Amino acid sequence: MSQQEKLLEIKNLTVHYATVDGTVRAVENLNLSVDAGQTLGLVGETGAGKTTTVKTIMRILPVPPSIIKNGEILYKGEDLLKKSQKEMRSIRGEKISMIFQDPMTSLNPVLTVGDQIKEAIELHTKVNKRKAFELAGDMLETVGIKRDRANDYPHQFSGGMKQRVVIAMALACNPELLIADEPTTALDVTIQAQVLELMKRLKVQYNTSMIMITHDLGIVAEICDYVAIMYAGEVVEYGTREDVFLRAQHPYTKGLFTCIPDMYSDDNRLIPIRGLMPDPSNLPSGCKFHTRCDYKCERCEKEEPSVVEVSSGHYVKCFFALPQNVASSKVSVKMPV
Amino acid sequence: MKLLEVKNLKKYFATKNGLLHAVDGVSLEIKKGETLGLVGESGCGKSTIGRLVIRLLEATEGEILFEGKDLAKLNKEEMRRMRCKMQIIFQDPYASLDPRKNVFESIAEPLRVQKVYSDKKELERHIYELMETVGLAQRLANSYPHELDGGRRQRVGVARAIALDPVFMVLDEPVSALDVSIQAQILNLLQQLQKEFDLTYLFISHDLSVVKHISDRVAVMYLGKLVEVSNYKAIFKDPLHPYTQALLSAVPVPRIDVQREKIILEGDVPSPINPKPGCRFAGRCRYCEEVCKTETPPLREISQDHFVACHFPGNRV
Amino acid sequence: MNNTTNTATSQTLPVYKKRGQGAEIWRRFRQNKNAMVGMCIFLVLVSFALFAEFIAPYDPIEQDLLNIMQTPSRQHILGTDELGRDIFSRIVYGSRISMTVGLIAVGIAFVAGSALGVICGYYGGILDNVIMRFVDILMSIPAILLNISIVAALGTGLQNVMIAIGISNVPRFCRIIRASVMSLREQEFVEASRAAGAKDLYIVMRHIIPNCLAPLIIQATVSIGSSILQCASLSFIGLGIVPPTPEWGAMLSTGRDFLRKAPHLTTFPGLAIMAAVYAMNLMGDGLRDALDPKLKN
Repeated sequence: MSQQEKLLEIKNLTVHYATVDGTVRAVENLNLSVDAGQTLGLVGETGAGKTTTVKTIMRILPVPPSIIKNGEILYKGEDLLKKSQKEMRSIRGEKISMIFQDPMTSLNPVLTVGDQIKEAIELHTKVNKRKAFELAGDMLETVGIKRDRANDYPHQFSGGMKQRVVIAMALACNPELLIADEPTTALDVTIQAQVLELMKRLKVQYNTSMIMITHDLGIVAEICDYVAIMYAGEVVEYGTREDVFLRAQHPYTKGLFTCIPDMYSDDNRLIPIRGLMPDPSNLPSGCKFHTRCDYKCERCEKEEPSVVEVSSGHYVKCFFALPQNVASSKVSVKMPV
Repeated sequence: MKLLEVKNLKKYFATKNGLLHAVDGVSLEIKKGETLGLVGESGCGKSTIGRLVIRLLEATEGEILFEGKDLAKLNKEEMRRMRCKMQIIFQDPYASLDPRKNVFESIAEPLRVQKVYSDKKELERHIYELMETVGLAQRLANSYPHELDGGRRQRVGVARAIALDPVFMVLDEPVSALDVSIQAQILNLLQQLQKEFDLTYLFISHDLSVVKHISDRVAVMYLGKLVEVSNYKAIFKDPLHPYTQALLSAVPVPRIDVQREKIILEGDVPSPINPKPGCRFAGRCRYCEEVCKTETPPLREISQDHFVACHFPGNRV
Repeated sequence: MNNTTNTATSQTLPVYKKRGQGAEIWRRFRQNKNAMVGMCIFLVLVSFALFAEFIAPYDPIEQDLLNIMQTPSRQHILGTDELGRDIFSRIVYGSRISMTVGLIAVGIAFVAGSALGVICGYYGGILDNVIMRFVDILMSIPAILLNISIVAALGTGLQNVMIAIGISNVPRFCRIIRASVMSLREQEFVEASRAAGAKDLYIVMRHIIPNCLAPLIIQATVSIGSSILQCASLSFIGLGIVPPTPEWGAMLSTGRDFLRKAPHLTTFPGLAIMAAVYAMNLMGDGLRDALDPKLKN
């Protein structure tokens, strides 16, 4: 990983929300990077801070109530947090696009889909209306929708088709980074497979980098190159797909794998992560996971663990993380029970 | 022993554009103590079946035999008493709890409407016992649904459902709205309750891995009809219907060491309003032949306890 | 927190102190300052009505033609009217009729309108169509005309006036509750209650009505003021309360003729109506908030 390859780099990002019930620490000291042409999976449960993170990248987080306390978001070396809203407008959509979870609400119901894609193109490129509409038709074809449906309204499309339109809109200006916030959660399994297949194809075709927010490790296995596991506003484990799937070290990451039923094993036991996600306005001291961790010791309650690079590019935020040359590849870490 | 038997169940809804065939001739049986998983995509009619078998909806046609009695023939009062034996847990634990009732009142409701206790103290005791059974701390008795997280809300839903000591429960996507770590807690709780109280489950879900985890037998549904019914092992190891095959291959599996053949279905689920004759899946099927477009394949037993509704079962590349 | 861990060990369950929902609502209501102010005003007006004989310094219908239209003074703290009657005494006695009319007329509308609305919304179908068309007809007739025709049919008198005003207010309640019921009917918690074996009446009383109280309470508090005025207009054309019986609305309308010469003739009864409506509004808002557990604090 050389410095130039990094398309997006987030350094020490901290975002808080000021609410009547106190300060909500949504994102704390977050470090992430996305390389050109790669897909990063951002995995975590409700309230882990995934959406806050990407909304901060897009600078579409309402300020106030949110406060960006600290940190840098370097996009090709330039800090997005220092840009004016005017500069951001030319970056949003053109350089960085975003797809939202619910395709039903992210399209305007009173405009035809062709017009909506055309609008996205016109905002960022200097082409005349006719040319833009033609490009919109091209985009629809790329996502597998017939060109002549450009004059249809969103309600005439099914959920999966709508999500394709949203993808077409997001890719219309050929952005370098695509942020997808749970793009298939609202879709049925067979339709989800179609959309994932399409996203995989387009990623190669356009060489777009992607940040994929999801809670489904299955989707991560299919589409992501790098994975960041988030818990209570922090990245607790980060590495390549293989690092996280085969050599996971953080107890939370391991818990995520053992608490989902596995279709390919006859072992009929689920080991849930006990307890609940901590209240983000009242986070526990020390390691934020210690209240739910089976391996916690006294130190975890008092001290915050630092991030350990266990092997090249594989980071774990846990006291018990062991560098890879010590632990064997199968039995990843020995923890006191 | 058969606990529930459904024969040729149909439910049609009248819509502006025609008759919506939500459930179209479904026959199935559930044995005492087992879990039948009902899988399908949205709009296939699986939730409608769940509501039909406990008569929250009236069937258009067909018989529902519960412990040998035809539910449709029971009058209002008999049905009301029968409800003690059959309960339902809903997908969205927020919508299924009255926002103005606290946890205690929500759990107490079934016991009150069925007039189980005349003594207030006994009622209270039973409710606290139920709360302990489902893992809710007693201090939450005074809390309102909006103050609880999804997992706890669903525990309240479970406590309500088991309050009357039912023998049969419909679980309509009980974990779909929950985070994965909470999902496992609720699934384990449901399995533990099943063992403890000898419950029979109809587990409705779109999530195949969850269904496989909890079910003894699995029924796959497509557009109002069952396409395949078998025990969970056969369905997952050796699916015979092309739709089941596609559905299985479409599930994203959180493993990178398993190589799978991907079958990507073309197009969307067709509309259940005035469906065309022939196999419902014909339009999206890879193996579709002329006969599939004209004749509806019946659900027939291919091998022991393995039923498939396809003209060419097991047709694989 | 502490009793979560040791519950399993003991045979008799340590019962956590359960609070009734009624007590909870009363506690929340009491904490609402505005609601308490409203309740104080309301109690003052009620005590006017109950103890008018002891509070009023003069006889409300005794005329004193030498002292007509006097401005407030030590003898007559709110002045006298065009026939020399003490305005304060008339307001005190008037509260009897006005408060009764306001509360009972709205009560009739509330009960009848809610019942019809629930039937329409919950069962739907032909019954819904028939009742709603009838309600539409009622709504299309101006309230005053409707009142006049009902009183004309039933005969004058306080009781019939209240019935008439009640009926003319039914459509609004009916419409509001029907809309809420229709959306609530589809909610899963209603289905859950049915699955537990609850009867329709139980579901309506325990789940549907409590969940559509908010708009109903607002409508009721607004209607109380307008009912008092409707009663006045009926009195004005001779169908309501017969003079010289003191009644706020009637005081307001007779005082209108002297608006320039003696504005206090209208001001004080007007303030009395306003105080009543304001008290109801404050209490209504407080009650609505107290009933909503989401606003618990």
